[in-house]
This record gives sequence, C-alpha cells and structure tokens, in this order.
Amino acid sequence: MINITMEPFIRCDALSVSYGSSYALENVTFHVRRGEFIGIVGPSGSGKTSLLRAITGSVPAARGSVEVQSGIRIGYVPQVESVDWNFPITVAEVLTMTRTHRFWPSITSHERVEMASVLASLGLEGLEHRHIRELSGGQQQRVFVARAMFSKPDVLLLDEPTSGVDVRTRHEILHLLHDLHDSGSTIVLTTHDLNGLASHLPRLVCLNREVIADGPPRETLIPEVLERTYGASLHVLEHGGMPIVLDHDYEATQGSRAATHRLRSAR
Amino acid sequence: MSYLVAVDVLAPYAFSFFGRGLVAATLSGALCGVLGVYVVLRGMSYIGHGLSHAVFGGAAASAVMSVNFFVGAGVWGVISGVLIGRIARRKILGADAAIGIVTTASFAGGIALLNRYGQARKSIEAVLFGSVLGVSWGDVLAIFIVSLLVGVVLLVSYRAFLFATFDPQVAAVSGQRVTAIEITLMVMLSGTILVTMRVIGTLLISALLVIPAATARMMTNSFAKMLLISPILGAASCFVGMNLSYHLDTSAGATIILVAAGVFTGVYLLAGRRARVRVASLHHV
Repeated sequence: MINITMEPFIRCDALSVSYGSSYALENVTFHVRRGEFIGIVGPSGSGKTSLLRAITGSVPAARGSVEVQSGIRIGYVPQVESVDWNFPITVAEVLTMTRTHRFWPSITSHERVEMASVLASLGLEGLEHRHIRELSGGQQQRVFVARAMFSKPDVLLLDEPTSGVDVRTRHEILHLLHDLHDSGSTIVLTTHDLNGLASHLPRLVCLNREVIADGPPRETLIPEVLERTYGASLHVLEHGGMPIVLDHDYEATQGSRAATHRLRSAR
Repeated sequence: MSYLVAVDVLAPYAFSFFGRGLVAATLSGALCGVLGVYVVLRGMSYIGHGLSHAVFGGAAASAVMSVNFFVGAGVWGVISGVLIGRIARRKILGADAAIGIVTTASFAGGIALLNRYGQARKSIEAVLFGSVLGVSWGDVLAIFIVSLLVGVVLLVSYRAFLFATFDPQVAAVSGQRVTAIEITLMVMLSGTILVTMRVIGTLLISALLVIPAATARMMTNSFAKMLLISPILGAASCFVGMNLSYHLDTSAGATIILVAAGVFTGVYLLAGRRARVRVASLHHV
C-alpha cells in the first residue's frame, strides 16, 4: 500500500528559470508529495531537466521559489548518455563514491553489506567488481539507480531513464521503477517516451516552459493538451484502457500505408 | 665480469649529488603519477602541459626581479592554474584556445625576460630543461612536503575527488563542493609543477603527468588500482631513467621521459585490443 501524504515536501511556486536572457521555465507551479510517482513530459528544450535541476538547487530560480522540506535527501539519476563509460570504475566504486563523509578510500564491512542489499534489490547481485562498461544497458541504468538508492534518498529524480535504451531494457526499467514505487519510494522522472513509459505512470506533468496540464494520463494525454505541449497535432488511441499517442500525422500515415498496400497489391 | 657490471651500475652512487637527484626524481615521478590520474581522466592533459609553460613565465620573472623562485613562480602558477580552471569550466571560450592564450603568453613573457636580462639565462634554462643533478636538499624537502600534502588531501577526500571527477553534475547535486575540489586540484597541480620543474624541466613535465597515468589506464579498469599503479610507474621510470642517463651520458629529464614512453609502448603492444581502446577513449583537454 502506497501512502501519499497531503502536504507536499517539494514545492515549486511560480518558478522561473533563465539561462542568460532566455527563459527555460516560466511561472511553473509544481508540488511533490511523499509516495508520488510523477512523469514530466514535453519536447526537447521544454525545461524538463531545468525543473529537476531547480529542485536539486543546481540552477537558481530567477523568479518564484523552490522549497524542499528540511532534511529531505534527493537521489539524482542522470541520463546514461551523459556517463563516461570508459572511466576506470567498478560498480562498487560507483555506489560508494556518494558516501563522501568517510575520509578513507577502502569500503567498510558495513558498507559491503548495505551495497549487497541494494544491488540484490535491483537484480545486480554479484556485479560489485565488474567495470560499468561490461554491463548490459538495463544493468547500467540500474547501477545509477542503485547509486542514488545507496545514499538513502527520500525522493528519486531520474532524467530520461529510458533514453537510448532498447525495448527490453525499457521494460526492465519500467518494472524496476514500479517496484521501487510500490516499496515506498517517491519518484519524479522526465521522459520523451509517451507510450512506453509516461502512459504507465499515475501522474503526468505536461511541460513546455510552463505547465500545460497536470494529472493522470487519461486527462493529460489528450490531443488538446498534446498539441499545446508539442506544438503539433497528435492523435491518441486507446488500447486496453491505456492511451497511445501517435507521434506524427496519423491520417497521412494511414493514407501512405493504404497507398503502399495498393501498390503491393497491384504488383 | 659480473663484478665489473655491478661496479659500473653502482658507480653514480659514489656522488652525493646523484643520490639527491635520484631521491628528488623518484619522488617527483610518484607525485606526477598520482596527480596524472586526475589530469588524464578529467581530460586536463593539455592544461597540465599549458600550466607548466605558464609557470615558466613566473620563474623567469622571479629570477629577473631577484624574488625567491618558489614564491614568484608559485604565485604565478597558482593564478594561472585557477584562471585556466575557471575558463575551462565556464566555457568562456573554447577551453583549448583559452589555455593556449594564457599559457603561451606567459611562456612568451618568460622568453622575452630571458632575452632582455641575459644574466638570468642559467636558471631559466634549468627550469626549461631541468637540472636534476643540481637539486639541493631544500628542493628535495619541497618535493617531499608537496607530495605529503597531495597524498593527505587525496587520501582523506578520496571519494569526493572521485565523485567530482567521474560525475561532477551529480556530485554538485549531492552537495559536493565541486568548484572547491577543482580549485584544490589546480592548486595541487601548480604546486607539483613548481617543485618538480627543476627535476625534469617544464618542457617535459606534462609527459610525466600523462604517460604513467595513461599506461596505468591500460592495465586496470579500477580507479583505486589506477591510483596505485600510476605513481609506481612514474617513480620507477624516474629511478631507471636517472640511472640510464648517467651511463648513457644523456639528459636526465629526456631519459626519464623516454623510459616512461618505452613502458607505455611495451604495455600497449602487450595489452589486448580492449586495453588499447581504454587509452584511445581518454579526453584531450
């Protein structure tokens, strides 16, 4: 049973973030409550990553405010595409680097036990001494989730967790995130993947510099909202109770397919 | 016959200046080897190269103005190091272009001073090409102190430096003072160049920062092991290079670098394709 508290522990109120003279976010109000599982969707440059960075405090608010409840620990999982996979580092080193309060390189026996527990919970047992490049795509993503988990966070922020991964890995990540959420974790992620990831989440925020819509997929993945978010006409079908977004001109595609079919039939 | 060879090998040890030089060079090799790991993995190879040239300007100025060498070159080096670090991080202009401008201007200033004030020539040449056999116990002590400080800082802040090197963005999000770590690294690098430049010279110092670390990278996939292997290779290259230079009657700095390059080549040839790829993937700036 997941308990969602009523009082938000992360509050962005009328938040604007700028890089020089251009605004990445304008007047964004976004609250996160403990136990929530939220997806932030929007086109490239819509401010998704800026919103995560504003929450972490790595970019300042130009206007408005970001308040993170005192004592809340944030676990940040970067895009795997930003990771230097050739860096000489093992899975154990990736996890323990976050425990910087320990003034010594060696890993304690207590840390080994904790590490084994986190790795086992993510299906990575026995991989402590492997180089990060030697792992599969899904394992690589999970190592960075494990690093965030190892710092015992109250909320996990994931930046494009399924970017650049194959379908199987995407399924693995989706199941992993649902398992983490079911076990009580609060999760906020950004994604481009409307059908493979966003439509499976309980709450979506459609963002394009400002919040276009905020709610469950049935209320947010609708043509009117998507057109305002992406600036293009998108069609939505329903399959098994789930919305499916067609990512370009559906009618034109259907017309093209019909023409192709006719051509093949004529041959 | 073997007795004669033994005598020949031990011959340079009869000279006290050789013993001093050997200690200074071996310590310098270990020090450059340790910092070289961060230099290579952070893609700062060119910064290390440029910084050694920048410090040359400070050394020239301090010689001409009769200011203490360590004070003049040190202040100049730290300022250059911090300036280069900020330019590279803030992307004010292309990092390589910025480093090129700052360091070559400093180097050219040193050359101009050398031309204008000829009496400084001897000490300037010592800085450029190194004079390991002319080092004093004071120089050895300076190298030892810097080695000790660098060792202590990297040991007690091992994880913070690793975090900031591997993933600066997440390190910053996790509350690490990434800027402070970068500045500390540049200060340690400047200090290292300052105290080791008399051993192998500014022209070859960047090689000692890069070659042992790049060789170690081919030998391991673990950061901790790389941090152990690199200084051992650096120290061994200096020790062997020093001895060879005596017997071959060649420049100590050049011989040390040739030994390090020889080790790199040997490991490169013996290593598998995957190990070679590790080095090929290292950044340049």
